[in-house]
Amino acid sequence: MRPPPLAYRRPATLDAALQALREDEAATPIAGGQSLVVMLSLRVAATQSLVDIARLPELAQVEWRGEVLRIGAATRHAMIEDGLVPDPAQGLLARVAGGIAYRAVRNMGTIGGSLALADPAADWPVCLMALDATAVIAGERRVAMGDFIQGAYATALAPGEILEAIEIPLLPAEGRWGFAKLARKQGAFSDSLCVAVSRPGRPPRVVLGATGSGARLLPEVAAALSDAADAASLTAAIAQAVAAADPGADSYRLRCHAAIVARAVAQMRQP
Amino acid sequence: MAEAAAEHSWIGARLPRREDARFLLGKGQYVSDIRMPGIEDVCFLRSPLAHAVLRGIGKPAGFEGDVYGCGDLGPFGEMPAGPDIPSFRNIPYPPLAEGRVRFVGQPVAACVAPSRGEAEDIAEQVSLDLEELPAIVDTMAAMAADSPKLYDHWPDNAFITSGANGGDMAAGLAQATHRITRRLRMNRQATVPLEGRAVLAYWDHRLDELVVWLSTQGAHVMRLGLAQALGLPENKVHVIAPDVGGGFGGKNRLTPEEIVVCAIALKRGTPIRWVEDRREHLIASPHAREHVYDLTLHADDAGRLLALEGDVYIDAGAYSLWPTGAFAEASMAVRNLTGPYRIPNIRFRNFTVATNKSPMGPYRGVARPGACFAMERMLDEMAHELGLEPVELRRRNLVTAEEMPFMTAGGMKLDNGDYPKALATVEAMIDLPGLRARQARPEADGRRIGLGFAIFTEQSGHGLKEWARRGARVMPSYESCTVRMLPDGSVQLLVGIQSHGQGLETTLAQIAAHELRMDPSDIVVRHGDTNVSPFGFGTFASRSTVFAGGAVARSCRILAEKLKRIGGHLLQVEPGATRLQDGQVHGPAGAVPYAEIGRAAHVRQEMMPIGVDPVLEATATYEPEDSAGTFSYSAHAAVVAVDPATGAVELLDYGVAEDCGTMINPMIVDGQVLGGVVQGIGTALLEEIPFDAAGQPLATTFADYHMPCASEMPKIRIAHMVTPSEITEFGVKGMGEGGAIAPPAAIANAIADAFRAEGAFIDQTPVTPRRIIAALDAASARPVA
Repeated sequence: MRPPPLAYRRPATLDAALQALREDEAATPIAGGQSLVVMLSLRVAATQSLVDIARLPELAQVEWRGEVLRIGAATRHAMIEDGLVPDPAQGLLARVAGGIAYRAVRNMGTIGGSLALADPAADWPVCLMALDATAVIAGERRVAMGDFIQGAYATALAPGEILEAIEIPLLPAEGRWGFAKLARKQGAFSDSLCVAVSRPGRPPRVVLGATGSGARLLPEVAAALSDAADAASLTAAIAQAVAAADPGADSYRLRCHAAIVARAVAQMRQP
Repeated sequence: MAEAAAEHSWIGARLPRREDARFLLGKGQYVSDIRMPGIEDVCFLRSPLAHAVLRGIGKPAGFEGDVYGCGDLGPFGEMPAGPDIPSFRNIPYPPLAEGRVRFVGQPVAACVAPSRGEAEDIAEQVSLDLEELPAIVDTMAAMAADSPKLYDHWPDNAFITSGANGGDMAAGLAQATHRITRRLRMNRQATVPLEGRAVLAYWDHRLDELVVWLSTQGAHVMRLGLAQALGLPENKVHVIAPDVGGGFGGKNRLTPEEIVVCAIALKRGTPIRWVEDRREHLIASPHAREHVYDLTLHADDAGRLLALEGDVYIDAGAYSLWPTGAFAEASMAVRNLTGPYRIPNIRFRNFTVATNKSPMGPYRGVARPGACFAMERMLDEMAHELGLEPVELRRRNLVTAEEMPFMTAGGMKLDNGDYPKALATVEAMIDLPGLRARQARPEADGRRIGLGFAIFTEQSGHGLKEWARRGARVMPSYESCTVRMLPDGSVQLLVGIQSHGQGLETTLAQIAAHELRMDPSDIVVRHGDTNVSPFGFGTFASRSTVFAGGAVARSCRILAEKLKRIGGHLLQVEPGATRLQDGQVHGPAGAVPYAEIGRAAHVRQEMMPIGVDPVLEATATYEPEDSAGTFSYSAHAAVVAVDPATGAVELLDYGVAEDCGTMINPMIVDGQVLGGVVQGIGTALLEEIPFDAAGQPLATTFADYHMPCASEMPKIRIAHMVTPSEITEFGVKGMGEGGAIAPPAAIANAIADAFRAEGAFIDQTPVTPRRIIAALDAASARPVA
């Protein structure tokens, strides 16, 4: 399990990295490498050239812009877990970050890398879609997270583009979130996960992950919640929504999805 | 003979493991740490198909000399493997596939390059001409009359078909009023030591020998096998096992990759290395478990278990590994099925089945985890049938201390101990009445609480007759030790045993310190090198402390006599008037330190008594007096919380009451129990290599093969009971494997207990969330009786 021969470059600036990707259309950007290096070693990723963007200063910046937190794409999961970057969502980000794979992976893996790969079982697409975050692609191209994630391993990134940052609107103190995740064990790829977020004055956003096509917004569940539906009709709405969101799932998987969505929603609704 | 442990200062001492300092500092030395100029790495090209005719190998242009297929190496010596009995169908396992491939991952060609990555680059360009054949994957289907054959000339796909009978089955059945029939299954897994297999071989021109650095459990036995395979005299093969990062049985067989690496080293004259990666390990290392039990258990109204009968299938994979393959599994499974219970009548057939999977090897617990799982699940099912608390049914059927020694229907002589007391101990540890009360109330989080028990016996110290009965080609019925005192009075123990994590550098030093009445810090243990120690078999079968400990004790006693003789001479008293204490020979008045005796024996011979040879060295071997061995035992109790929505299981509590006789180092015993239980939890809940219908393994990385980690561990509590063995030195009993035997049974019983009201039948390991939900669905679909 060793990678094939690879060309490797580590440009010093974002512009240089974009230039490198333009010069070599077959090149793949690499950040924390926690998925890509494994796939290269198993020789299932077909790239021959890497452009390392993990240390680009532009991708390391974290700053408040009004009521929006802008997190550089190269921010590592462990930094979020450890509270080294502000949490705009009442602790949700740290909670999600701390559950990603294993600590060794979190030390290296980046939030941007996770989004750009769009593994269907990944945590960040689900969390950030629920928070209504925005992907900022270098050149200030802004794409809502729901549009950025386009399915399993599919994103709005065009060849040669680099995800620069994620903008997350502040979840005010009155906001609530719920997070539930099911995996065979701590650190394993999840079989189901759900993040539910409610903001004052807006319908809640409930997002299911680990479907065949990755993170999926469940507006039907949100609608049932807004209608103050009774428990039975909420359960029915969840069952219907997860079945529609993951049409390839078998009955066990759907059962898990339903339980996980119900738990995330219940946590969100706790006063 | 058995002596009370209390008399000995170093026997029973919780001495910190001396090997740990180097491990904790990252200074351990494994095969992969060895650096040599000109080293070349091997990548094995492995069969991508489970079953196919191999028509040819296409070597890439320019690399013809760096790719070895069958016929490019050798000739290799015949390596008959498996039991040496006529009913066993012996087939050769070529180091590189010849004409046919029989499992995904079978080595077909070896590619050599200055680095592993470059070797993989070459392997990518090698083409294989394969004609696919039907794959034989399912153990039971493989035994159907219309199954395709793994070996064309065999009448069926069984390596061996055998059986076990005991008692009077007709009489047992005549008394029975209840019977249950179940099919139970322990699925296939890998052994997954931290360090995978690894080998580095080169010809040493100064010593004129092949030096083989090998991650193995037994250097001497591997030399035997390698010399046989390579056609070299044994004094030209030098096997060194440096630090070995776990083995658990998987490194106790000679595997094709190891033979091929040595053969390439002989051919190329360069140092050749192969280090197994995790993917290779999961696909192609010796696999483990995979038993199917079709059993019927008979009992009467009083809850007496009267008879157990049925068929046992062992899926041994495609070949047998030298020396004995997986062929202890079947007989050990049936002979151990009744475990610690008084079940007087048995009737079993067993089938060791060949399938298109990686060959099976031994793995911690060998056969008994499956047997214990089957027996203990049957017992809980019977308790349910009888309306008894499972603990009560166990209590009624456990062999009692008064009945010992007790000959089981399977012919195992349970020597001593108190099984009911072990059960009562774990029952109290987990608070059975408290848990039953808790179960009567709903949990706040909606989960279900379950508790389960399992008890097993673990044979160790078994000698010649037992191994002969199994048809072992290499009979590990003794161990050896050379003890050498140097001129300054410090001591080396040269042992044929191989520590690969068991702490033997500490335990054996404690035994020698006890015998020689000196401080263990003045004693070093040297093992794992065929040029250093006398012949020995290595570490497996929970044998090391019994056998190597006995050999250490005996060799030290010979040395002690010589010390007394020389010391008595120096003190001007008869040897009989001397005693050893604190590193000195004491007479009625005065004492001589060992350093003084060492000086006399080596460099100042004028101080020696007449007729006593110089040099302080003694070699002894040891085998316990009774070949039937001695039995450790243990009761385990597991408490689980199960989510009825998802099937997710959390282990809330885990209790162990164990008796391994005298403990040389109780801290090391605890460590062995804990490590075993953790591996047993892996078998119970997580670890599995499933295959698809074409024989492709479906868990080939840790993304799919789940190992138990710290986050999954409950607090495991251990209670010790001490019933010294009557047939071993110090009264020790082997215990290294035991921890891994009971967890699958105890945990599966706990999960079944959580859903007893629903009647969910937990029939196989690992008990995955998906299987739990399936069992619940099946129970709700079953018509109510």
